[in-house]
Amino acid sequence: MQAIPTIEQNEAAVRFDAVTKRFDDVVALNAVSLDVQTGEFLTLLGPSGCGKTTLLKLAAGFLGPDAGAISINGRRVNELPTYQRGIGMMFQNYALFPHMSVADNVAYGLKTRRVPKPERQQRVAEVLALVKLTGMERRMPRQLSGGQQQRVALARALVINPTVLLLDEPFSALDKSLRTSMQVELREIQRKLGLTTIFVTHDQSEALSLSDRVAVMSEGRIRQLGSPVDVYRAPTDQFVATFVGDNNKLRGRLLSVGDSDAVIELGSAQIKVPSERLAKLEKSAPVDLFVRPEQFCVVSANEPSAMTGHVVAQIYQGGHVDLQIECPGASRDRLLVRSAGDQAVVRWPMGATVGVSIQPGGCAAFPAE
Amino acid sequence: MIPRSTYQRMLGWIGRITLICIVAFLILPAAVVTIAAFNDKPILSFPPQTWSWRWFARALAYDDFRHGFFNGLIVTAWSSTIALFVGAMFAFAIDRYRFPFKSLIEGILVSPLVIPHFTVGLGFLILAAQVGLSRGFAVVVACHVVLVLPFVLRSIYVSLKNLDQSYELAAASLGATPFRVLTTITVPLLLPGLVSGWLFAAILSFNEFTASLFVTSQRTQTLPVAMYNYVREFADPSMAALSVMYIAGTAALIAFATSFLGLGKVLNIEQTH
Ligand SMILES: Nc1ncnc2c1ncn2[C@@H]1O[C@H](COP(=O)(O)OP(=O)(O)O)[C@@H](O)[C@H]1O
Ligand SMILES: [Mg+2]
Repeated sequence: MQAIPTIEQNEAAVRFDAVTKRFDDVVALNAVSLDVQTGEFLTLLGPSGCGKTTLLKLAAGFLGPDAGAISINGRRVNELPTYQRGIGMMFQNYALFPHMSVADNVAYGLKTRRVPKPERQQRVAEVLALVKLTGMERRMPRQLSGGQQQRVALARALVINPTVLLLDEPFSALDKSLRTSMQVELREIQRKLGLTTIFVTHDQSEALSLSDRVAVMSEGRIRQLGSPVDVYRAPTDQFVATFVGDNNKLRGRLLSVGDSDAVIELGSAQIKVPSERLAKLEKSAPVDLFVRPEQFCVVSANEPSAMTGHVVAQIYQGGHVDLQIECPGASRDRLLVRSAGDQAVVRWPMGATVGVSIQPGGCAAFPAE
Repeated sequence: MIPRSTYQRMLGWIGRITLICIVAFLILPAAVVTIAAFNDKPILSFPPQTWSWRWFARALAYDDFRHGFFNGLIVTAWSSTIALFVGAMFAFAIDRYRFPFKSLIEGILVSPLVIPHFTVGLGFLILAAQVGLSRGFAVVVACHVVLVLPFVLRSIYVSLKNLDQSYELAAASLGATPFRVLTTITVPLLLPGLVSGWLFAAILSFNEFTASLFVTSQRTQTLPVAMYNYVREFADPSMAALSVMYIAGTAALIAFATSFLGLGKVLNIEQTH
């Protein structure tokens, strides 16, 4: 009897199911499961060597998994060669064919699909207009600037209407202002086309600003998968808390654990945090409390329940001021405190003795490591 | 103390003189032969007392040289082309795949670099006699393929190493079958390496003497063998005239390749990308 294929309800555009990949002794990916929804912009974020590129290469078919299954639009593709997967890929070094003009580069994927010439020319013209490169058709890749090469690479990947767009650290070679404008442009194009996109970066601010969802990776595993706000506000472990955004790590003691909230004692202050990661702890066990720089408040030194310290560095950032405060009672490391506006420059000069308090809500706590 | 600028100028002069000496030393034999080629007398002497072009005419008209030249072209065309294909396949296999005894196979492929040419020639001679092959072109071509293969292999292997694999991956992601990737991306990007490999093979094969002496017959003798047979009987300047034409021909060939592909790429001294 033949099995009747089941149609899943919420079918993912790309699904990794317990995918493992080894290189000799190195386990590059360890039973990674991930669903990328149709039309979503998903970012793989993690430090160098955590397996991001490997995951992307598995989706592209440049590598095969040692265990687990990969499917695209519900179809298992483990054995499907790259050229039959219909993916669009943008490489870190762009990989524009140096012996072909811009137009030929972009038309390459249409030629392999045997698209007739008139339609081909029209689609090339359209996509070049989309990436703002009209008029560059005859140029060779070496005659283009870095940003222009990037656009050609994007156009070449887009023109084939890929089922999924894969980008491996595409902006890491660009300078800051160009990078920002390319990010915005990519996101606009992606939204307009409703394109399922997997984006790889080790830059957490890029991940937070671009993505619908972020998968934070470390050592071949996905540590947390969630919206940028989730991974920033509610990290699920210490790695995510430290890796995503600036964070201060303070050692406190558990005062009480309730159903949803726990209270942590930090010097003379008491801070309420979600209790889910602390449920197994005994009372007065040590905990690591993570406080974002913008959750600190600088107050006058004699304020009760504030930690006392003194300002050791002031970093003026235009829109805000970063203060480094030495607070021996709370942490061996300097506290990074962010103060909106620029009053802090005058109010809390170098060497000033200040009080630091923590605004309620938004802190994360984990059992001490 | 000597002022820095004077010191630097001295260094500059010493450098220039050294350079001129080395270049002079390199072209000395060719220069001597070239001058000797224009000697009017039927002896190889230096410098000549009277001058003429007549040895060029004799060299061009001499039957053995003419046959040798065309035999050489046939052998060279076949052997370097076959070596190009075989070498390219092995270079690909070595660069792209892992297989057992890989380093052993690599070693065997480049072994003609350490095995004397006469050994290779003698081997083919014995082998040909054993299997009853007459000493036709097939044996000569086979022998030359073995001799030039290491050079072709090396040239293509270096080009392949320098070829960024992301071009091929990009093409595959755009829907190109492996064959299409090969014809539209890999081969065009490797072209300088392939041409330079072929060119070196051709020059080596055309000039090869030691092994050719064993495997050629009167009917298949190549130009160097014909020249050797000539000097055993005569010692007139037609040899020198032939040498001059040899040099001019090879130089023209390289100049041609250079202007079409860029010297750096042909000589493989420049990374392709
Ligand atoms: N071709 C390979 N051969 C051996 N090890 C590899 C190979 N590719 C990746 N690795 C290893 O797998 C791990 C993950 O690599 P990668 O996916 O490139 O990380 P990332 O892109 O996150 O920096 C690293 O430890 C890396 O050294
Ligand atoms: Mg990477």
